[in-house]
Amino acid sequence: MLREKDQALPVFPKHPRILDYSFSIILIDLTQGLPRNPGTELDLDWALSVQANTSAIERRCQALPGRRSIKKAHQAAWLLKAITCIDLTTLSGDDTENRVRRLCQKAKFPLQKDVLEALEIEPGTITTGAICVYHDMVKAAVSALEGTKIPVAAVSTGFPAGLSPFSLRLAEIGESVKDGAKEIDIVISRRHVLSQDWQALFDEMKAFREACGEAHIKAILATGELGTLRNVARASLICMMAGADFIKTSTGKESVNATLPVSLTMIRQIRDYYDQTGYYVGYKPAGGISRAKDALTYLALIKEELGDRWLQPDLFRFGASSLLGDIERQLEHFVSGHYSAAYRHAMG
Amino acid sequence: MKVKEILETMDYGNAPEDPRPALDWIKKNGAKFGHFINGQFKSPEDSESFESRNPATGEILATISQAQLEDVDHAMHCARSAQADWEGMGGPARAKFLYAIARLVQKHSRLLAVVETLDNGKPIRESRDIDIPLVARHFYFHAGAAQLMEKEMPDHRAHGVAGQVIPWNFPLLMLAWKIAPALAMGNTVVIKPAEYTSLSALLLADISMEAGLPAGVLNIITGDGKVGEMIVTHEEADKVAFTGSTDVGRKIREATAGQGKELTLELGGKSPYIVFDDADLDSAVEGLVDAIWFNQGQVCCAGSRLFVQEGVAEKFHTKLRARMDKLRVGNPMDKSVDLGAIVDPKQLESISQKVEEGLKEGGNEYVGSCDLPKEGCFYPPTLITDVDPACRLMQEEIFGPVLVGTTFRTPAEAVALANNTRYGLAASIWTENVNLALDLAPKIICGVAWINSTNQFDASTGFGGRRESGFGREGGWEGLYAYTRSVHLSDKPLERINQREGTPEPSDPGIDRTPKLFIGGKQTRGDSGYSYPIFSRDGKQMGLVGQGNRKDIRNAVEAANSARSWAKSTAHLRAQILYYLGENLSIRADEFARRISEMTGQDSKESKEEVKLSIERLFTYAGWADKYDGAVHGAPIRGVALAMKEPVGTIGIICPDALPLLGLISLIAPALSMGNTCVVVPSEPFPLSATDLYQVFETSDLPSGVVNLVTARHGEVIESLSGHMDLDAVWYFGSSGLSATVEKLSTTNLKRTWLNHGKDRNWMDHKQGEGKDFLIQSTEVKNIWIPYGE
Repeated sequence: MLREKDQALPVFPKHPRILDYSFSIILIDLTQGLPRNPGTELDLDWALSVQANTSAIERRCQALPGRRSIKKAHQAAWLLKAITCIDLTTLSGDDTENRVRRLCQKAKFPLQKDVLEALEIEPGTITTGAICVYHDMVKAAVSALEGTKIPVAAVSTGFPAGLSPFSLRLAEIGESVKDGAKEIDIVISRRHVLSQDWQALFDEMKAFREACGEAHIKAILATGELGTLRNVARASLICMMAGADFIKTSTGKESVNATLPVSLTMIRQIRDYYDQTGYYVGYKPAGGISRAKDALTYLALIKEELGDRWLQPDLFRFGASSLLGDIERQLEHFVSGHYSAAYRHAMG
Repeated sequence: MKVKEILETMDYGNAPEDPRPALDWIKKNGAKFGHFINGQFKSPEDSESFESRNPATGEILATISQAQLEDVDHAMHCARSAQADWEGMGGPARAKFLYAIARLVQKHSRLLAVVETLDNGKPIRESRDIDIPLVARHFYFHAGAAQLMEKEMPDHRAHGVAGQVIPWNFPLLMLAWKIAPALAMGNTVVIKPAEYTSLSALLLADISMEAGLPAGVLNIITGDGKVGEMIVTHEEADKVAFTGSTDVGRKIREATAGQGKELTLELGGKSPYIVFDDADLDSAVEGLVDAIWFNQGQVCCAGSRLFVQEGVAEKFHTKLRARMDKLRVGNPMDKSVDLGAIVDPKQLESISQKVEEGLKEGGNEYVGSCDLPKEGCFYPPTLITDVDPACRLMQEEIFGPVLVGTTFRTPAEAVALANNTRYGLAASIWTENVNLALDLAPKIICGVAWINSTNQFDASTGFGGRRESGFGREGGWEGLYAYTRSVHLSDKPLERINQREGTPEPSDPGIDRTPKLFIGGKQTRGDSGYSYPIFSRDGKQMGLVGQGNRKDIRNAVEAANSARSWAKSTAHLRAQILYYLGENLSIRADEFARRISEMTGQDSKESKEEVKLSIERLFTYAGWADKYDGAVHGAPIRGVALAMKEPVGTIGIICPDALPLLGLISLIAPALSMGNTCVVVPSEPFPLSATDLYQVFETSDLPSGVVNLVTARHGEVIESLSGHMDLDAVWYFGSSGLSATVEKLSTTNLKRTWLNHGKDRNWMDHKQGEGKDFLIQSTEVKNIWIPYGE
């Protein structure tokens, strides 16, 4: 029980010093980053005491964009930040190695050179946070990204439904890690949440975490299928207790994916978990975030509720495929003063 | 700052709203404003004036005219001249003007918001996203109210001229709350904005011209408190409405006492914010941002007393402190600011002083670690925990961003703490347990309760307080009734009915009957030991009645307050008892009629009619007991806003002198029907009909203490009754001209009053002697906001 005060907790400075070299903020070195969340015992008293009042949460989310307005150079900087936090994703049945290579190239060079120059940003310093693909594409992505620090994330464990045999789901993780994936996005068994079988959820998550080894694990809750925000909050906590490095909203395949209320619910649990254990857990909203404006609101929400430390790619990611395109247009608008067009920017 | 550097800091930067359009508007007016009277601005040149400043910077924005009595006279005169035509054009015609104003407020919304923020110091986010949209909404709602008035309120008409005074915390919103219902119902208006914040009102004057509002219908005069006093006491003001401090409200009640003006007051508060251990604590913390740090805490209904259940208190306070550190205080024109400027250096000083003084009595202060601008009027978000009810910090309104709090153990203790205040405006209750929330909301003395939310407003849903937070509601149907009066009331002066003279010779040589007082269900002897004789029409002594005094009033109020569980009895039960009273009275109808004739000299046919009507009236309110329903408002939330009708509480009733039975029954029946308990002083010259009722009460299952009767000379008990601080209302219908005394003494606890103002009321006439107005006077509307959703 890590919550007990008298028990020795591993103590970490609340705001660890960021490695001090150029653009360290943009490109966090995951190998020298924060200590990973080792998880705790299953604490159901804690998890079940969590409440989430939907109306109040919605009100907070509704008011937030009006409370925080980010303009001009600040907006440009925030949008660059957003790019560094994107898990550039392709999860289609028709993915091929060439398609993935093209995406990796975009991840390495997400912005036009002229835009970067106008922003006085050295070319090559801004990349997306990661590339996110299915298992069979991991190798292709790893080879395409060789020589960069961009990690490859693999969706796993029978993504998106997570209903394949448990042994195969575990094995799938191992295969992806073997192929070079540094991050594994697993899907939880929604049925454990819906039937309130928290022990089963905890055990499953713990097994996935063990299977990941050194690779970081993101727990996809598929919030659109969990029924209530209270379930989302409780599942978030259980997954963190079982050792998740990140908690993530959705597969992108549910009918409702990332929303602000779901995000607020989840990151408040991350905050509580940090307050209780001292461990940082990351957050990844995925699916449905396609506008630069939305990205700003998400970043503001993270800044307000979790704090600046979470505004780094080792603790925050957007799971998105079309967001980058809108950000490129907005940044060109900022540097040129004129509204931009999609075809002016390289496709991924 | 370079983009690269911002990437390191991830600051918000500045997002300033452009003040130029607002400054241009001020400049266009020469930065000097006259009063808006009779559809035009008066020249400010030859007027005394004062400066209006931007509290965030101290800069002078404009010079505002200080009104003199002649300006007030002029405005009142113009309002009076315009009133008949304005009312006469009919609701649908007035609706068009209100609709036009609503549309224009939307068209000029940003200009209004910027002017408001420059003048008041509130964050532009609030004026833009909250104040101005609510202003537009208020005019829309009341355009509809005007449209529907003739069909839905056929028995009501305008008061005439409304004199209104508003505060500086929501300058334009309070103006809208005042003028929209007044104009909709056919009144004309003379209104004074607060001295600190006149500009948005003057901009609205522009808008009213653009909307083509007829001259004289809306008059806006500017100046300090002296001008306010001139308005509210002006002989032309038929209706007075004030929003502001309890101190000033009390003075207004006193100054207008006896002038026959209808008055509504929306005053201060120290509203409870209750957090139970099963609440969504993070959301409850965020709610406090909207409760006490909204508008820098300068909100009458701010959740300023925090009560957290003991088990989660430490956790909650830790979360709250962390949240406070994240608040941004600064230039109100910056779109990313949570708290702007305090309205004026004087107010800033008042807040600082109250906190400094209060902390001497105890409490742990935590100040949000946010940066404060070096210049201008700013106060940091502040939390003071461990404040006991006995501390001034817990009792006095601070009217700033200062939250005080303590803990509680049980729901009952939460209610006790919440109600341990002279105020009664609003309450917030946070729990995920619907049983608890809906149990608590009715128990807290307030006009509005928010479940799992706070500071929600809408024109459809009335707002107003109880106790020293004032009386009357603004918004909703109840707010409309505050700007109308019954068309059936007469202007005939009420003639004084004197005690009959006679000889101490008994009219009936039978066994002596001894009418005592009726207190707590018992016939008790009066405290004074004195009696006074009642003579029949032929001058014979009919009996001696106890001469009640202040101690009898005290005892009666105590008894009535002990019988408050009457309010919790079912409406069905109350109806049964009223029917039973009628039934038992009918058995003795002839005897009561004879007695009335003998006392008053009414002919027997009239007396029989009086008894018959009395029985009818009991039946009428028995009928109403379970039918005067509340409402579910269409407030703009996913949820419901329940308008619950609650009894006023304990009501002191001084009965009409004429029609001694019908007058009394006409007043107590609606009061009882709605669940009030009563202290009744019967007709002074003819009290025997009341004392004869004791036996009727006793045989009708009326619980002890629900009705208490104190026979007395009205003049002798009027002060103890009107001044009693544990009475919730006083109704005066006597003929000895004591309305002014009642109003004056009601200021002790700012109780509601209902008076005849020396005017006659024909109790035999259904339209005057019963009806909806009686039910309105017998109830308070509490609006309970219940957002839901899973």
